[in-house]
Amino acid sequence: MTSANSLFGPLDPAPDAGYVDAPKRKGFFTDTSVCIGCKACEVACKEWNDVPENLYEMLGTSYDNSHSLNANQWRHVAFIEQPAGRSSVGLPPTISDAPGRDSVDLGMPTLGAAPTEVPEDEKPDFRWLMSSDVCKHCTHAACLDVCPTGSLFRSEFGTVVVQDDICNGCGYCVAACPYGVIDRRRGPEGDPKVGIAQKCTLCYDRLKDDQRPACAQACPTESILYGDVEELRERASARVATLHEQGVMDARLYGNDPDDGVGGTGAMFLLLDEPEVYGLPPDPVVTTKDLPQMFRRAGMAGTAMLAGAALAFLRRTP
Amino acid sequence: MAEAHPVGFQWVMEAKKRGARIIHVDPRFTRTSALAHQHVPIRVGSDIAFLGGIINHVLQNELDFREYVVNYTNAANIVSDKFEDVDGLDGLFSGFDPETRTYDPTSWQFAQEDQDGELGQAQADDAGDTAEQRDTAAGMQNEAHGMQVGSHPPRDETLQHPMCVFQVLKRHYARYTPEVVEQICGVSQEDFLEVCRAWTENSGRERTTALVYSVGWTQHSVGVQYIRAGAILQLLLGNMGRPGGGIMALRGHASIQGSTDIPTLFNLLPGYLPMPNAASHQTLSDWIDGVRNPGSKGFWANAGAYGINLLKAYWGDAATAENDYCFDYLPKITGDHGTYRTVLDMIDGKVQGYFLVGQNPAVGSAHGRAQRLGMANLDWLVVRDLFEIESATFWKDSPEVQTGEIVPEECRTEVFLFPAASHVEKEGTFTQTQRMLQWREKAVEPPGDARSELWFFYHLGRMMRESLAGSSDERDRPLLDLAWDYPLHGEAASSGWGEPSAEAVLKEINGYEVATGRLLSGFGEMKDDGSTLGGCWIYSGVYADGVNQAARRKSRHEQSEVAPEWGWAWPMNRRLLYNRASADPQGRPWSERKAYVWWDEDAQEWTGHDVPDFEKKKPPSYRAPEGSDGVAAIEGIDPFIMQGDGKGALYAPQGLIDGPMPTHYEPVESPFRNLLHGQQGNPTRKEYRRSDNPLNPDPREPGAAEVFPFVFTTSRLTEHHTAGAMSRYVEHLAELQPEMFVEVSPALAAERGLEHMGWCHVITARSAVEGKVLVTERLRPLRVEGRTVHQVWMPYHWGQGGLVSGDSTNDLFGISLDPNVLIQESKVGTCDVRPGRRPTGPALREYVEGYARRAGVLDHEEGPVVTASADAQQRSAAAQDGADQHSPQQREDQ
Repeated sequence: MTSANSLFGPLDPAPDAGYVDAPKRKGFFTDTSVCIGCKACEVACKEWNDVPENLYEMLGTSYDNSHSLNANQWRHVAFIEQPAGRSSVGLPPTISDAPGRDSVDLGMPTLGAAPTEVPEDEKPDFRWLMSSDVCKHCTHAACLDVCPTGSLFRSEFGTVVVQDDICNGCGYCVAACPYGVIDRRRGPEGDPKVGIAQKCTLCYDRLKDDQRPACAQACPTESILYGDVEELRERASARVATLHEQGVMDARLYGNDPDDGVGGTGAMFLLLDEPEVYGLPPDPVVTTKDLPQMFRRAGMAGTAMLAGAALAFLRRTP
Repeated sequence: MAEAHPVGFQWVMEAKKRGARIIHVDPRFTRTSALAHQHVPIRVGSDIAFLGGIINHVLQNELDFREYVVNYTNAANIVSDKFEDVDGLDGLFSGFDPETRTYDPTSWQFAQEDQDGELGQAQADDAGDTAEQRDTAAGMQNEAHGMQVGSHPPRDETLQHPMCVFQVLKRHYARYTPEVVEQICGVSQEDFLEVCRAWTENSGRERTTALVYSVGWTQHSVGVQYIRAGAILQLLLGNMGRPGGGIMALRGHASIQGSTDIPTLFNLLPGYLPMPNAASHQTLSDWIDGVRNPGSKGFWANAGAYGINLLKAYWGDAATAENDYCFDYLPKITGDHGTYRTVLDMIDGKVQGYFLVGQNPAVGSAHGRAQRLGMANLDWLVVRDLFEIESATFWKDSPEVQTGEIVPEECRTEVFLFPAASHVEKEGTFTQTQRMLQWREKAVEPPGDARSELWFFYHLGRMMRESLAGSSDERDRPLLDLAWDYPLHGEAASSGWGEPSAEAVLKEINGYEVATGRLLSGFGEMKDDGSTLGGCWIYSGVYADGVNQAARRKSRHEQSEVAPEWGWAWPMNRRLLYNRASADPQGRPWSERKAYVWWDEDAQEWTGHDVPDFEKKKPPSYRAPEGSDGVAAIEGIDPFIMQGDGKGALYAPQGLIDGPMPTHYEPVESPFRNLLHGQQGNPTRKEYRRSDNPLNPDPREPGAAEVFPFVFTTSRLTEHHTAGAMSRYVEHLAELQPEMFVEVSPALAAERGLEHMGWCHVITARSAVEGKVLVTERLRPLRVEGRTVHQVWMPYHWGQGGLVSGDSTNDLFGISLDPNVLIQESKVGTCDVRPGRRPTGPALREYVEGYARRAGVLDHEEGPVVTASADAQQRSAAAQDGADQHSPQQREDQ
């Protein structure tokens, strides 16, 4: 176990934050292999949390018209159309994808076995991947680390929650999030929370009443599971094993590893392709990971400067 | 299913987790395909060829569940040797009358071995005026009536007789080979055989397969025959009346099942009693005999009780034996009063007023322009909806206002818009596809002036009765004599404007003893002497023991898998219809794994996990005595107790206007000629040929293929609900799919120069609609009859109103209907697709008419409906004459 107040490595965040007798850490396991892209999670989230409209614009990215996670979109369902025999990176098929034309390598970073290494005939047929994304509720949450007002706090459930009435809209958290989740609300005009940082609270209010988060409650296929993070990690591993047995070798977990760059996430995912295909960073690292070291270095530099200055004075001393 | 029924689809996912193999047959790759093991793209409108191919595969390879087929279906019945199949008659069955484009089904009947007239009577009843039956959608009654054939047709249980149903069927489908399926449907033989293999391997003693469809499947000029093809296959494989089997119709709205049980249809009364016909049902006994059909087996023999209980429920004390229980008060139909006929009559100025209750035909019905022009030619229109929908605003902002066809200042229709309570703002029941009624409480008060339908119609009736009080005019008696007293509750009750009790209505539907008010335990207690009343016989039992059975909510964890204590299913809380078929002829489960209902030898009764759909004490060995009919004629091995012969119908000698077996016809609009026959489309389909309803030309017309070369189809998106009244006006739903779009394949995009996310428009002889282009490989061109066909897909959710607006796809369709139930062909048509936006204003009409002119259909010069050779037409008619000559019995009995 990493030492208390660590900014990196595996730990249980609520006790680490000072809660005594905290309930077990709560989180999501989103199994994208059973997601049907119905967007009930998006709607339930908005209804419960009174999240206003995002945008009324057809985007042409398959059936995704919500664009991304942002202050007005706390759940976001990605739709990725993958033509048979090829890996796509979530862009809509265009005329250049017409049969007979080669796909263009967009130079996106890849991890593990690059798609090109899979023999053509072993690739799945046309696939339509759907995945409901959400705030990861990191074990080490950079947004929380950098928040100067204490508006962002670690709840007793191990989740990360914004207090609207304390946030001063400085936006440090926005730059700090390695997933690009948290965002300041830009509209609609007149909304009292414009300018305030907004993101998934894992339905903190519902959790306090022993209710499931709204998205998990609404999900018809149990693609979004809510529960104790420890147990969800086990279920996730078992599900991957089952899919592997069924020959779905693309199945992999994302965010379940406590040794990853954010100490594991409270919201983990079962994916059927590389994370970046879904718009997820392949190897997220808490942006405050090096903060202690930076402090030390800054401290050392400061000390050295002070020492230098002192030395200078000393030298002057006749 | 994942697209339109995401909540129901959870059970498919559950089954998948347990190892079920999911196959999705659909023209395009949808959210359902994404989760299925196999997606089989198919050409729209070719489903009978596809299913016929599987039937052929089953019969040629003897993969049918033989013991089930011999005992429980009509496979062994001998068909009259006067019957001639489509292969010899260029796509017509015997008995066709080219004049009326209908069949006389006399030659389709089972052979007769008895001359006592029993069979002849039953058969001749249905050999009547099929043109009239088509107009009144009489086939609809068969939804619950079953065939009214005689009890004991001759049988050959070896299935070898050349005219037994099994052999007739085998010959009929012999041409539906994998090669032909590939040619007609564009489905590869490999994919096709894989479907055959999966379906047959998962059927039999140990396993069952479910066939699930959504109601777009019915929206074809051969819609009923699609379902029939599915039924034949499920019967051959032994998948009916057994757990995990069946045919599931996923309805398009909550309680659509309920709206046919207690119907909103012009030709039915509650419980599938037919609406009396002015010509043939002059008296109560005419009407009841028309339903119960003496000589047939089954429970319709008690139709008198069901009908009289309904009349008593309507007119209460005024309904007595002396006045035929006010039978004369019932309106009578005289022909086609279907929704499309009515719309055309509106255009012609024959209709004065119209009620729209939770319906938005300006967007949701085929041929939107005709719908709107019709509504603009009324005296008054009442619209009850949650929002001010297009059907209430057409007079000021419809596309026809832009084209100048409707002038707001001159539009004569007075529109009354009433805000409606939503489903959470009123109490009542929903009946879902399993026939299960679920009671729902009112969660919140409706806002403002919004009120429930029950409130609206109760008070409308009350006020009309008050305004007519004291009238001595005979025509006001039906209204004044109505039993129209329901307890009111709620805040406004004291002022007389309260909410009627929905529970009181449900009690009346259930039925009770008139003298004591004791609620009936089921339809078996209904009497035909006026001592009981009940509003819908099949719902009787929903209030058994004075308890609202539909409100039961026992957890599935606290009861058996069948969950009989969740809600209530008609009839008599049976969760699986015809479940006698889940046991073998001796009454034993077909297998341990599929045990459901069985005969308990010791107790000498039927028992099992569900309520047996069979007389509890009738043993499997029971054989009907000579001359019996009605319930007594149902033998111990007759599971399909509502059918006239107790058997599942592989072959339907009656009840269908367009033939005893499904046969492939091309859609009304198709770029292909019928590969199998000269007869291109369904010869009996209902058409309204008039200049405001032009149809795209027959593919054999010169130039047709150039003008409208592509096939289009429509369906729903998960994010919207049908015509959009419940989604386009709601912020959190509207933003999910904010714009009308057109899905095309990359190949079609290249061919027509369409740019992803650019504009395009789709044109038919009726209209042109525009949308954003969504280029996707989820649509694939198919190879059909040796050439490539492009299919275009559009959602149909938009109109000019709401938070997000767009053109309405249903404007593209014309009106042509299935002959059995008058459902419109609104899932397939031909079109052109062009880049850019469509013309606006009067130029739109000129543009569309230019297309129609080039296609040669501007002045309704579409080709003939009957395209079978003249010789075949003559021989089909002649076969009928032969049948008439050889069975004078039938005519005499009539």
